[in-house]
Amino acid sequence: MLRYVGKRLVLMLVSLWLIASLTFVLMHSIPGDPFTSEKKLPKQTLENLKAKYGLDKPLPAQYVQYMGNLVKFDLGISIKSTTRTVNDILEEGFPVSAHLGIQSILVALAAGIVMGMIAASRQNQLSDYFLMVLAVIGLSVPAFVLAPLFQKYFGMKWNLLPVWGWGEFDKTILPSIVLAFSPLALVTRLTRSSMLEVIGQDYIRTARAKGLPPIRVMSRHTLRNAIIPVVTIMGPLTAAILTGSFVVEQIFAIPGLGKYFVESITNRDYPVIMGVTIFYSAFLIVMNFLVDLLYGWIDPRIKLGGKEAG
Amino acid sequence: MGKGISRGIALLSVLSMVFLAACGGGNSADKGGKGELAEKQEITLGNIPSEPPGLDPLDAKDSVSGDILSQTMVGLTKMDKKGEPIPGIAEKWDANEDMTQITFHLRDAQWSNGDPVTAEDFEYAWKRMLDPKNGAVYAYQLFYLKNGEKYNKGKAKADEVGVKAVDEKTLEVTLEQPTPYFLSLTTFYSLKPVPKKVVEANKDWASEADSYVCNGPFKVKSWKHDAKIVLEKNDKYYDADKVKLTQINLPFIADQKTGYQMFQTGDVDSSNSNIVPTDLTKKLLDSGEAKGVPQIATYTVEFNTKKKPFNNKKVRKAFSMAIDRKQIVENVLEGGQEPANGWVPWGMPDFAAGKDFAEVHGKYIEPTPQPDEAKKLLAEGLKEEGLKKMPEMTYLYNTDDGHKKIAEALQQMWKENLGVDIKLGNVEWKVFLERKTAGDFDLVRFGWLPDYIDPMTFMDVYMTDSGNNDPKFSNKKYDELIKKAKSTADQKVRMQALHEAEDLLMDEMPTAPLYWYTRVYMDKDYVKNVYRAIDGSVFYEEAYLTEK
Repeated sequence: MLRYVGKRLVLMLVSLWLIASLTFVLMHSIPGDPFTSEKKLPKQTLENLKAKYGLDKPLPAQYVQYMGNLVKFDLGISIKSTTRTVNDILEEGFPVSAHLGIQSILVALAAGIVMGMIAASRQNQLSDYFLMVLAVIGLSVPAFVLAPLFQKYFGMKWNLLPVWGWGEFDKTILPSIVLAFSPLALVTRLTRSSMLEVIGQDYIRTARAKGLPPIRVMSRHTLRNAIIPVVTIMGPLTAAILTGSFVVEQIFAIPGLGKYFVESITNRDYPVIMGVTIFYSAFLIVMNFLVDLLYGWIDPRIKLGGKEAG
Repeated sequence: MGKGISRGIALLSVLSMVFLAACGGGNSADKGGKGELAEKQEITLGNIPSEPPGLDPLDAKDSVSGDILSQTMVGLTKMDKKGEPIPGIAEKWDANEDMTQITFHLRDAQWSNGDPVTAEDFEYAWKRMLDPKNGAVYAYQLFYLKNGEKYNKGKAKADEVGVKAVDEKTLEVTLEQPTPYFLSLTTFYSLKPVPKKVVEANKDWASEADSYVCNGPFKVKSWKHDAKIVLEKNDKYYDADKVKLTQINLPFIADQKTGYQMFQTGDVDSSNSNIVPTDLTKKLLDSGEAKGVPQIATYTVEFNTKKKPFNNKKVRKAFSMAIDRKQIVENVLEGGQEPANGWVPWGMPDFAAGKDFAEVHGKYIEPTPQPDEAKKLLAEGLKEEGLKKMPEMTYLYNTDDGHKKIAEALQQMWKENLGVDIKLGNVEWKVFLERKTAGDFDLVRFGWLPDYIDPMTFMDVYMTDSGNNDPKFSNKKYDELIKKAKSTADQKVRMQALHEAEDLLMDEMPTAPLYWYTRVYMDKDYVKNVYRAIDGSVFYEEAYLTEK
């Protein structure tokens, strides 16, 4: 186990270095730089600006300098918001995005698993059809359509919930639900199909034959095994929720990190592009690692280290 | 005050009154509300879409920072309701005849921490802006100062720059050449002062509310990054008696529709166009819920004059004549814009005539297309270039729904009125700018907003060596006329030269102006006296709320 963890940690660091290097190269190869603007700056001003941010040096030198700073966890200063360091942006923005993301994942998981279980246990009945139609809608309606609709009805028409801002719990409800909508649909469908698969297995029949109450069969025997596919998508799901929060954060005026993911590229704000990419990559790599560890816990047949149990 | 300036200001007043009478002046209507001053003078604005890049004048390079700085910092002069520079921190000034030497006399004013605002704060701020080490984007706004540009290039010392604090209350400014609009420039946020002592003690002074020191009607009470800035009345402001609002809340609202809903639910009291959804603009303008004011800016199509057949002025003119500007304004944009009839837009003053510059120059372009003449010109132009038909050409624009709609309308108009198929090329913003600068285009969209209130800010764009002259238009006579206008403070000579230059530009047509901008805004009935200046700035210094 320890050896496995050690090996994974080294791999994680190598992946991160590769991602950082690749991003660095790609970022500098797209047209435009942070100072490209509609009103052209005088040549001298441009040179002064480049010198200020060290962009006047050859690219390899910039790379070495960046990596040197990265090791010291110094991600530099945003070129657009000159008074803010990338570390500040991450420290202030990520907790907000994470809060929103975790809340959405919880909504998606809780509601999705329950809905999936209901659909599976009532296969081909009206409630199953209803939930599946709902899941299709959830997967196909994008957040930028759903969010204004929610704002219009829950906020303006019925005056139930605030439609913007951050800080109090009631402000988090609408954005969490909007963000959870698509993953919720996915979890519902996955839970339903894997439940149906498990329900047909011999050991479930045995459990039922032993006279166990259906609720117990469902929760202890069926769900535990049916949940594996759901756990498998947890890594990518977290990624999707965190990186996909941009639209929701923008619509609900939430001070999260999502927008930097898009804006920094539009602005060619090099330090922010690098910082946010490396940060999210590190986060996702760690998440995937944790999911792998979770497999072993849920299903002891899955041995970590890559060797299948006989 | 020098004669030239007085005359300019007097004429500008007349002009501005005419202009304001015509367009309503951009102030909140006095109708509505109960008329009594509300007990709670706290307003929430929907003006700010995102975190401001910087509240230090050195770092401010965008309208978001500018919008906040308009409330927190005052420069030597302020722009009054008529668009003129009036006394700000400078109580009065004297200038020599050719407007190269100006002495500003400062009033008793304080920073929000109680320190006096001194001439040295200005000298320090301007030299700091020009210091090459600081890499200030707007350093060029100070290139008018003697040796300003040289210092920025590292070719002169700071001491040689034409700004000097003679004593605590006197600032002496020496300019490179006559610049009649320099006073107007001193209203701009790059030329605002900074508190020298505070800046020297803490280089991050402007990044948090606690350390931010300013001299305007409002100071920063709190700043939650990426979420909200709250301003409160600055009791140390020299004109604090006039300020009625006690607090301004500035939540950052990126999404137009969210801003609009916040206005509807009463979470926002006042805002500019960023809360007016594009698809609702016409409806809201018609119903009077939103209002529009002219904005000094021109949207145009530029031709690559180095590329066949756009090197031929007949071809360029043909393309311009085939455009139905009236239709673009009325059916595509629907925001109260004006079809452009020249390059210098409405609202820009002619300082000699005391009228709108555009009014004096008359109509260069018809709002409706003239297909017959356009086709004839195109045929002649193509023949002169030895071409039998129009080669394949692309109209380049950057990703944006508004630009896309215009591009599609133009494509259709050129097809209908000229019989020419033009392809559309849509690219991402920075790619667009790179290609435009590199001359990698046939036809391209362009929008120009002024740097200061003088027609020159439009006219020198198309000088041969101008960095913004992407069509690479080059005309000796044109350059001479602009140089002539730049060399004198005599408004009559300047304006005459600028008009002649525009005659020439519109005859050569390297750029085919489409429309002049409007700024749409929404204020609740109980919001009074918000001042929206002709350059796009919004001031809440004298705004107040009446009972709802």
